[in-house]
Amino acid sequence: MLNYVIKRVGLAIPTMLILIVFSFLLMHSAPGGPFTSERPLPPQVLANIEAKYGLNQPLWRQIINYIWGILTEFDLGPSFRYKDRTVNDIIEQGFPITIKYGGWAFIFAVGIGVPLGIIAAVRQNTWIDYFAVGFSIGAAVLPNFVMAPLLVIVFTLWLGWLPGGGWNGGDFQHMVMPVIALSTSYMASIARITRSSMLEVLNSNFIRTARAKGLPEHVVILRHALKPAMLPMISYLGPAFVGIITGSFIIDLYFGTGGIGIHFVNAALNRDYSVIMGLTVLVGSLTIAFNLIVDLIYAWIDPKIRY
Amino acid sequence: MSLLEVKNLSVEFSTPDGTVRAVNNVSFNLEEGKTLAIVGESGSGKSQTVFAMMGLLATNGTATGSVKFEGAEVLGLKGDALNAIRAQKIAMVFQDPMTSLNPYMRISDQMAEVLIHHNGISKYEAIKQSVRMLDAVKIPEAKNRIRMYPHEFSGGMRQRVMIAMSLLCQPKLLIADEPTTALDVTVQAQIMRLLADIQKELGTAIILITHDLGVVAGNSDDTLVMYGGQVMEVGTTEAVYATPTHPYTQGLMSAVPRVDVVLDVLVTIPGNPPNMMNMPAGCPFTPRCRFAIDKCVETMPELVKTGGDSSHLRACNVAVEDLV
Amino acid sequence: MLVLNKVKIQEMADNIAEMDAVKGRSLWTDARRRFMQNKAATASVFVLTLIVLFSFIGPYFAVWTNEQIDWAVLGRVAELGQPSFANGHFFGTDSLGRDLYSRVIQGTRISLSVGFVGATVAVIIGTLYGAIAGYVGGRVDQFMMRIVDILMAIPGMFVLILMLVVFGRSILMLFIAIGLLAWLDMSRIVRGQTLSIKNKEFVEAARATGVKNSKIITRHIVPNLLGVVVVYASLLVPGMILIESSISFLGLGVQEPSTSWGALISDGAKTIRYDTEWQLLFPLAFFVTSLFCFYFIGDGLRDALDPKDR
Repeated sequence: MLNYVIKRVGLAIPTMLILIVFSFLLMHSAPGGPFTSERPLPPQVLANIEAKYGLNQPLWRQIINYIWGILTEFDLGPSFRYKDRTVNDIIEQGFPITIKYGGWAFIFAVGIGVPLGIIAAVRQNTWIDYFAVGFSIGAAVLPNFVMAPLLVIVFTLWLGWLPGGGWNGGDFQHMVMPVIALSTSYMASIARITRSSMLEVLNSNFIRTARAKGLPEHVVILRHALKPAMLPMISYLGPAFVGIITGSFIIDLYFGTGGIGIHFVNAALNRDYSVIMGLTVLVGSLTIAFNLIVDLIYAWIDPKIRY
Repeated sequence: MSLLEVKNLSVEFSTPDGTVRAVNNVSFNLEEGKTLAIVGESGSGKSQTVFAMMGLLATNGTATGSVKFEGAEVLGLKGDALNAIRAQKIAMVFQDPMTSLNPYMRISDQMAEVLIHHNGISKYEAIKQSVRMLDAVKIPEAKNRIRMYPHEFSGGMRQRVMIAMSLLCQPKLLIADEPTTALDVTVQAQIMRLLADIQKELGTAIILITHDLGVVAGNSDDTLVMYGGQVMEVGTTEAVYATPTHPYTQGLMSAVPRVDVVLDVLVTIPGNPPNMMNMPAGCPFTPRCRFAIDKCVETMPELVKTGGDSSHLRACNVAVEDLV
Repeated sequence: MLVLNKVKIQEMADNIAEMDAVKGRSLWTDARRRFMQNKAATASVFVLTLIVLFSFIGPYFAVWTNEQIDWAVLGRVAELGQPSFANGHFFGTDSLGRDLYSRVIQGTRISLSVGFVGATVAVIIGTLYGAIAGYVGGRVDQFMMRIVDILMAIPGMFVLILMLVVFGRSILMLFIAIGLLAWLDMSRIVRGQTLSIKNKEFVEAARATGVKNSKIITRHIVPNLLGVVVVYASLLVPGMILIESSISFLGLGVQEPSTSWGALISDGAKTIRYDTEWQLLFPLAFFVTSLFCFYFIGDGLRDALDPKDR
């Protein structure tokens, strides 16, 4: 197990470095990019950048400076557009919001998707199974940017129950629609994956053995079938995590929730390179860390992975 | 009263392409402490016969007829009543030891739960008894190895674990569904010897399902030959081997390669097993039978006595004397 | 006593032989039969064909082009811009008074081509990469797959947006960037499949009898990969469309006056408060219907081609 952990962490670190170097080089190669200092930047911003990266230094030095800054004090550098803001300021402002509703969306997707999938598989060909299957097919075509306006039409314009946007410190009313819009398609995917893997496990030989041993059905399902049936779903959690963070851009844009998404989109539109890069690095490292955790959970469940 | 009385057992599966009758009117008895071998090719319905008895049919399968264990009807039992029979009265060992143990649980947990559930003893005590059972099936260092996962055992060892697990509650009947098919020949012999030892020691009755006539010969009291879901011939193993009275049994016998007879080619039964989707109305063996007569196409013969031996039954339209 | 009715028995044997022949049909004939039996899948092919046809034939019936602004409507879109046959705006107008019918046609073309081109790029790169890694095996395989592992850990959408920002937002860039990011899954699946085919008995048999490597690849590996590739490609197309739509919804995808489903849905979603819900619903209907179709087709293909279900 320890070997496995070391191996996985060993893979995560170079991945992270490659991501940083790749995005740095990409920015650097941008035509009329920030590091060429050909473009008229506000003098204050230019001074910030100069102080941070040392534009006259060779490229490899700049990269090392940047990585060093991240590693030692998690400093992602100054903004290229606003003289009085750094990337860290933006993250401090937006990230807690993203994490709050994104986290709820994640919990919601797993917390409803998994039980729905299990019940559907156990009660195959009953109304709840048909409901789960129908739901997962329907939600496959309802990504967040489709859900968001539809929710607003129903709950804000027709029913008038919920505010059509804003954050307001993240109270319940302002959270409902972002969380639902963000989680629906993932919830459906999780339900579908759980259902099909549960069905497969329930048809496996070792479940037949468990039944032949005279164990009550709930023991067979909870003790014997649940763990293996969770494995495909757990592998899906990594992509789902990335999907929810990316999806938060749409939520921020549409509901005005004020998470990192809106800053990312604005930065992309304004070519505020350091913000794009800083957020990419942040989300990239979170993703890598999350995938690491997921892989460890997987290894913990599946004894065959231990070395 | 026999330990097990199976009467007119039929199994049907409803599939998208129609109903498949996998087992057709199978009847037999098994006395306490005896061994019955059920022999047939793959797809002959031998596994489904015992799955039906254990209530282990796939969800699209239904069983009709009667299965009486110690005089009480077993077929159609559900829930707790069924679970009280499983493992405690009738236990089962499956064909593929590689996939029949739960790969995600330690052997200790998989074995102990049987005792905890059926006998209501503590986990500590259950594991102690499990170790003893593993010792009995000759697993070396059982005390340490019980903490391992199935993938850390070899195929033969896993089958020993399966057998140990099935014996925990000392069932009166052990069903072994092709217990040696997935194993090496040398390991096969060990497992068969183990089963024989167990029977001698515990007096367990055994139903041995196999397609390997060599396995049957030394290991069973009675033999039941199945083809296309029907019983073709049944009798004491001795009688069936000495004087096979059904064309299919005869074919099976002559297809067994022998060390003492030199042949240029392996003897086979021409043709393929029947397609279960559209079973012929008559005897399922007709298309492959070189003795077949008109009657065989339309009528399935009754299972009737052959010669003087009252327990030797056959289902064939052609008289024994004509089978030459 | 032994009266053999040869004819009857022969008939029976023939029946059985026929049944076996039915089972022995080729994978693809069998797959086509299974696919055709799947009503949802065949209906989806039909509907999707209609949508594609519409995007080609539709323009001949258009009264307005996608760029033209109807000045009579502008400023009073909620009252005058509604779908109507009288003024030629069959789907109404957008908030700038442009004809939504023409814009939906244009968006359909772009979204579908992003889907197909992106998927094609991904399929070609992924299949080659995965097949090479799987077939060569050993160190090469390990190295190649480690690269995939690393690239997979990077959140693709961010890199995609980064690339779009750096290299400029053009449809071509969108094709390339999406295709470049989507081949990873494909390569993994193809590699796994290649590995398992490589170790199958029939390949070993071919090798043992001295069949050349190139022939083994073309005769045995590729045909057996095709099923998986087709199934996965059918899932990639809607995946590509989804990615493109998300990016366009964010305003980072195709640029005006070009448009796509995502951009149109974005426009429509912004104006739902002004009683112009048709601006959302028309592009949404096309988007949702197409995705449904792709979903059912992919499902049908998987059922038809997945050997596991047999």
